[in-house]
Amino acid sequence: MPILIVAVGVAMSVFLHAYITGLMNDSIEMNAKLSFGHVKVVTKSFAENISQMPTDLALLETTALKEKLNQEFPDVAWVERIQFGGLIDAPDENGETKSQGPALGIGVDLFSASTGQGGEAERMGMAKSLVRGRLPEMKGEIVLSELFSQKLGVNPGDKITLIGSTMNGAMSYYNFILAGTLSFGVQVMDKGTIVADIEDVRLALDMDDAATEITGLFGSGYFSADLAADVKEKFLSDFPNLENDEYAPVMLSLKDQGSMGQFVDLSNTMGSIITFVFMLAMSLVLWNAGLLGGIRRYGEFGIRLAMGEEKKQVYRTLVYESVMIGIAGSVFGTAIGLFFAWLMQTYGLDLGDSMKGSSMMMPTIIRARITPVDFYIGFLPGIVSTLIGAMLAGIGIYKRKTSQLFKELEA
Amino acid sequence: MENSAIIQINQLIKRFPMGKGEFTALKGINLDFGTGEFAGLIGPSGSGKTTLLNIIGSLDMPTEGEAVVLGKPISKLSSKESAKLRKESLGFIFQSYNLLQVHTVFENVEFPLLLLDYTTAERKKMVMDALEWVGLTDKVKSKPPQLSGGECQRVAIARAMVKKPSLVLADEPTANLDAANSHNILQTMLNLNRELKTTFIFATHDEKVIGYLKRKIFLKDGLVDHEEWINQ
Repeated sequence: MPILIVAVGVAMSVFLHAYITGLMNDSIEMNAKLSFGHVKVVTKSFAENISQMPTDLALLETTALKEKLNQEFPDVAWVERIQFGGLIDAPDENGETKSQGPALGIGVDLFSASTGQGGEAERMGMAKSLVRGRLPEMKGEIVLSELFSQKLGVNPGDKITLIGSTMNGAMSYYNFILAGTLSFGVQVMDKGTIVADIEDVRLALDMDDAATEITGLFGSGYFSADLAADVKEKFLSDFPNLENDEYAPVMLSLKDQGSMGQFVDLSNTMGSIITFVFMLAMSLVLWNAGLLGGIRRYGEFGIRLAMGEEKKQVYRTLVYESVMIGIAGSVFGTAIGLFFAWLMQTYGLDLGDSMKGSSMMMPTIIRARITPVDFYIGFLPGIVSTLIGAMLAGIGIYKRKTSQLFKELEA
Repeated sequence: MENSAIIQINQLIKRFPMGKGEFTALKGINLDFGTGEFAGLIGPSGSGKTTLLNIIGSLDMPTEGEAVVLGKPISKLSSKESAKLRKESLGFIFQSYNLLQVHTVFENVEFPLLLLDYTTAERKKMVMDALEWVGLTDKVKSKPPQLSGGECQRVAIARAMVKKPSLVLADEPTANLDAANSHNILQTMLNLNRELKTTFIFATHDEKVIGYLKRKIFLKDGLVDHEEWINQ
């Protein structure tokens, strides 16, 4: 029974830590994959006006730049992207405008195998997000967010037109065939996002061998502020920040963009606080369990003293037993906690319905994330708290006269 | 008194703190007990019989005076020496049996032997012998909750006797038993007293126990009121 109590407490601690880590991390990673990257290379001027997505300040000769980045940072997956704004026009059967709406466009490499890790479509979770139709399979095809397509009244197979401006400032029109619709599970994107192959976008916006950014995602799949700082430092040595060159490439880490720095720090702090409070509470519970477990055994201690055991021997066995219970409970509890955390990491918890109407870029499926810490974090309350509880209970063996322990035994 | 004295009590006083003052439980007891006695401390609640039994059993210390048990002055014993005395020479029987509920009958009886240097085979033989004395060889694997009150007390007697101690201290051993079981238990103890020459000292006010005693020591308000010797 004591092992079971410790195991339950430890399992809850491990699961909660993995859950909080995953919860905090999910939002960060979703932002990283869809928009910010773990690091990102842009021009110096683009970085200064990043909220406007100015295609006229895009990077040029990106093929060579990306090749160099791949050589310098082989552990980072580098992908060219174009983020742009525009207007989507949906014509009727006569070719007249049926409906129009402003769109946030993302041009990504949908067809090349060079983007790594299953390509951009997989990275952005497009297949899982497909609502109607299919993903683009050839040039000239595009996908819209489902909500946006409903607003425009268009269906897969319909022709739509992107109205925008080239990177040189000229007006551009480009016709696409709507291949399918997506639900990103991110309300801010579901309102009006279009995703097209980067080569189509280059054609549409006259951005040959150009991209607004080259996004880097770490091989681990998770953002690390330390790793981002290291990559940035190395990048700076290769691409010195030239004062007078507004098109010089600069590197931004995820934390440098928008309010992501605050968000990452807040996530880490909140995660630490929640974990600390829960661990403290669980430690007190297990401490108390150890204490009560020891106090309940005062009668047994009385018998053992009567049989001729010494107080220190009784105390020592109490401590040894609590350590054994702590270790067994911690191992068992950690295994249980990791199992449930793994389930949560693999299958997640879909909160899509409860997040309808949210304007935050938040994932609708909450997943746990198992980190190395989860393999030992439960041992703190599991062993230390149980031991402290037992040691406190054991003090009673010394404080009480043997005959008093007998009275408690008789009670 | 039978044979040589194994317990000598001289001017024993025991005081307990009570509120801002003190309560004197024993007010100057003088007694000797010899080998093989079957004696009882008799008196109402508060007469000091359990306190005296605790001091003889080195579970408590005298405030003044001395109790020398098997040649050991209780007031001068360290915690370790007290434990050694109890481990090697004393057996205890309690009113409410005080068996370890999660252990079997065998394990309960074996427990005192685990503190001594016996081999597994020796322990097994000694436990089975003790259970045979009390007629419980068929309950070896039972646990206390599966036993009747009388059977529990017989296990407690076996546990107290298994190491063949020089002295057994029994505090109200029949208080929770009916008449038939009480006589059965007392007869068992009397047989062991005769067979093994073990000294038994009871603390009791139960008439059933008093009827079996060969020496009756009546306590009143922390003092020996009078004694009776029964010749059998």
